[in-house]
Amino acid sequence: MKRPANPLAGLGAVIWLAVVLVPVYVMVSVSLTRQDEALGSNALRPPRHPTLANYGTVLAGGFGHFLGNTVLVAAVVVGIVLVLCVPLAYVAVRTRGFWSGGAFRLFLLGVAVPAQAVVVPLYLMITKLNLYDSLLAVALPTAAFAMPVSVLVLTGTLRDIPEELYEAMALDGASPARMLFRLVVPLARGGIGTVVVYASLQAWNGFLFPLIFTQSEDSRMLTLGLFTYVSQFGVDIPALLASVVLSGVPVFAVYLVARRTLVGGLMGAGGK
Amino acid sequence: MSHQRGAGRPHPSWALPAVLFFGFFALAPMALAFGLSFTTWNGLGEPRPAGLANWHALLTDGRLARSLAVTVALTVVSCAFQTTAALLLGVWAAGPQRNRAVLSAVFFVPFLLSSTAVSLLFYALLDPNFGIVPGDTLGTTSGAFLALVFVGGWQFIPFHTLIYQGGARQIPEVLYQAAAIDGAGRLRRFRSITLPQLRNTAATSLVLMVVGSLTYFETVLILTQGGPGTDTAILPYLMYEAGFKSYDFGYASAIASFLVVAATTLSLLLVRVTGFGAMRSTREGM
Repeated sequence: MKRPANPLAGLGAVIWLAVVLVPVYVMVSVSLTRQDEALGSNALRPPRHPTLANYGTVLAGGFGHFLGNTVLVAAVVVGIVLVLCVPLAYVAVRTRGFWSGGAFRLFLLGVAVPAQAVVVPLYLMITKLNLYDSLLAVALPTAAFAMPVSVLVLTGTLRDIPEELYEAMALDGASPARMLFRLVVPLARGGIGTVVVYASLQAWNGFLFPLIFTQSEDSRMLTLGLFTYVSQFGVDIPALLASVVLSGVPVFAVYLVARRTLVGGLMGAGGK
Repeated sequence: MSHQRGAGRPHPSWALPAVLFFGFFALAPMALAFGLSFTTWNGLGEPRPAGLANWHALLTDGRLARSLAVTVALTVVSCAFQTTAALLLGVWAAGPQRNRAVLSAVFFVPFLLSSTAVSLLFYALLDPNFGIVPGDTLGTTSGAFLALVFVGGWQFIPFHTLIYQGGARQIPEVLYQAAAIDGAGRLRRFRSITLPQLRNTAATSLVLMVVGSLTYFETVLILTQGGPGTDTAILPYLMYEAGFKSYDFGYASAIASFLVVAATTLSLLLVRVTGFGAMRSTREGM
């Protein structure tokens, strides 16, 4: 017997479909509209003379460079988080004691603390470290603030590895490092995938750190690039929306190729 | 074989790099924020001691109280909106309908845009001269507030739907079969099986929502700039404005310290309520 369909939620699903699609439709349609045509016309009407000119304007404005910066920062953030958090979670799950327990609880304290809360002192520190206006100035604190949730996810996954597997490897004389690479990492793939998705989203979404810690066009990231388009293009809403569409294209491409990993990773963040 | 149990365990020092890194880039700044709250600093030069002046101002000028009220209201209304929608959509998406896979994929699209991109999209859609919503939505207090709730939901409901979908898929089918045999109706089954079984899922989703709603910063900065007046100036925005617009970094640090204390308290509460920190396998009892 199958679980019966839920008509109330089904109705909601159709309503939500419209809520999702109308803004997406307007975004794409207006981004294809000539600017003189867009002003004063109904945004819901499809463009009469579709044009890709707005996309050309945006691409000429450094879009590719900003995207490259964001991808670079995301890669560094994911690297730092994995290299630091996997051993920590391993220690938290495999050892009992004052120090390992304390280390784990330290990260629990930070779960709800938003990065915004420390942007002023971080600004002071970044300037003193001579990192101002560099991509590292964004990547390092972004990684630090992605760590608490990553630690929670990883310890959750590592606890599911049965004790007997460690014992079997210990009988074979395996060192802790060998267990980490041969047992923990392969069996924690799901949790590691979740952390990769989570940490890259933090970097992808980051706005305040790039806004405060960078200045030049050289180190501008995509979110800030979009934000500066507002002042740059002013009332040129078609160009603005073209930049928004373009910013979604890379993730959309990843989504099409790696839908299972992406969705599975996010589901893993809270599926249990 | 008790001596075997200790064999091959990592040394606790393996946790040290993570602790040092987190300590330097997250914990030290929190402490530093507290220190800076007792200084005057304009962002250039060096911070100068100012005693309790910032805290006195913060606690007496009424801005903190107003901002706190806005932050709590925005969090509560957003959570209610997002939870209701995500619960219904997620339970529906976990069901057997043939078209649900396609629809679920479409539902997910808003989540692929960054908060900045979503905020800019609605900045255009709500523009009084251009947009698809008549009138100056963002110019009125209730309009601006509801716009923030809606835009946050538009972006994050897909994610929470996914969480509920994952949770609903794990509910054992036999529970529904038994209830059907007992003659329980659809609503009864939803209330007596689905909702209680999704308790842990709801806790996780709610934690992420509450934490996430504290980071509505971009949306506020782009859509309303805290306005009209200060009616949508949530705490992080108030901090940003005091620091990076008025160059009053001491006052901004006092707001930040308040935010750290409030968020840490919230962390501890959430970890306790959800059992996040409990040292046990999620597979226990399965």
